[in-house]
Amino acid sequence: MPYPTDFKYTKEHEWIKSDGKSATIGITSYAQGSLGDIVFVELPKPGAEITAGKTFGSVESVKAVSDLYAPASGTVTEVNSDLNTAPEKINQDAHSAWLMKITLKDPSELNSLLSAADYEKFVAEEGGH
Amino acid sequence: MPAVEATTLTVRKTALNGIHRQMGAKMVEFNGWDMPVEYPSAGGIMAEHNAVRNGVGIFDVSHMGDIRLTGPEALAAVQHISMNDASRLAIGQAQYSALLYPQGTFVDDVIVHRLGEDDYLLVINAGTREKDFNWVQDNTRQFNCKVQDLSDDFTQIAIQGPKGVDLLQRLTDANLSTVKFYWVTRGTVCGLKGILIARTGYTGEDGFEIYIPADEATSARVWNEILEEGKEFGVVPCGLGARNTLRLESSLSLYGHEISDTINVWEAGLDRFCKMEKPDFIGRAALQKAKTEGLKRTLIGLEMVERGIARDGYKVLDDGGRETGYVTSGSPAPFLKKNIALAYVPPEFAKVGSTVKVEIRGQGVMAQVVSTPFYKRPKKG
Repeated sequence: MPYPTDFKYTKEHEWIKSDGKSATIGITSYAQGSLGDIVFVELPKPGAEITAGKTFGSVESVKAVSDLYAPASGTVTEVNSDLNTAPEKINQDAHSAWLMKITLKDPSELNSLLSAADYEKFVAEEGGH
Repeated sequence: MPAVEATTLTVRKTALNGIHRQMGAKMVEFNGWDMPVEYPSAGGIMAEHNAVRNGVGIFDVSHMGDIRLTGPEALAAVQHISMNDASRLAIGQAQYSALLYPQGTFVDDVIVHRLGEDDYLLVINAGTREKDFNWVQDNTRQFNCKVQDLSDDFTQIAIQGPKGVDLLQRLTDANLSTVKFYWVTRGTVCGLKGILIARTGYTGEDGFEIYIPADEATSARVWNEILEEGKEFGVVPCGLGARNTLRLESSLSLYGHEISDTINVWEAGLDRFCKMEKPDFIGRAALQKAKTEGLKRTLIGLEMVERGIARDGYKVLDDGGRETGYVTSGSPAPFLKKNIALAYVPPEFAKVGSTVKVEIRGQGVMAQVVSTPFYKRPKKG
């Protein structure tokens, strides 16, 4: 599964794509694969503050609930409301089915995240598929 | 019951473990067993679930245990340790029943099969195998009968769904059209003689469970032949994930959830399988007493009204936000396309049509009490 090289990744399997000021956040293809059929996504409302490393919502498969962890701190500007009615879009294409957009509080936070190559190595070590 | 498990707990594997892995199944530890939870290659839990509702799916249920009671007093022994009336079973018939503690609570739920004149087979849960066997042995000592643990002798494969009968019929000489639901027969299956074939299951659909020798080569051959022969019926392998959603949609109890050693028969709503007219069985006196005292809690079906999924262990709240009960099993229902749950609440909250709240991550989310089962298979017309 190709991981876009212009994204950064967390060990909790979120991706973030940033232009330096704002960012788009989602979960990785590996994450959707281990979750299985995604049936429910719970996200904060626009205006909410999120903090790097803290939970900001959850995603549910048929079997389980998983917390979502913020890859960076910031303010939510938009959430992907398509996912309310069609959460399976994450299963279909996790790297384009984004969860939400934020304005970054401190863009330098992204420096500590994983590159595509590092993330790929990380999931391969975690057990892969 | 030992309070502490051995520290070197090994995860057990069924004879089909290698096949599951070969097929790319996602494996999980379930009650000490390494089992497939879903097969991404078959489309995952939802696809597996709907294959069983609409066509046919197969499950490795070899982790289930089997206890055989034989001998002149086998019936008396079964009658003493189980709540249903085994004297009503003809040879070749089976019944849902349960083993109870003297308090009227559950050791386990079981299917009792009468295989011969004085020959009974109890099929029990994976997580309670040793406990059940010890309990059955301890409580049948006064009877002239032999108690055997046959759990490791069989690979048990469940073939479930409306097309299950057509699929299995191609692989056996037994005339399945004469085997009614909850009856058993023996026949040649995939060339193996004298295989026990039971028209039973845990999915709310028509279907069969077959008991074949537990060696790996035979188990793999039979599993693969069923999948090969079932291609034109759209057969898929199914994991424990679909097994759970299927049984929940059909409101079938799961040990450790709807039934346990602290829940009694009346609370669980299993009255129709408990024959109080039997003069004696373990738990009867306590149940008699509980009946006169009335129910403190009862099992209800819930359907989420507001957005949210109730999960096992979540609290049930009244309108004022006070905790009244808890969810025993909750999940999306892949066939009904609703979010459903089973829960224990005091009887005053059990009225069908009334609403309660389920606490989901700190929020009270509205749910409606509905009648169960959530799903009932259509009658063959």
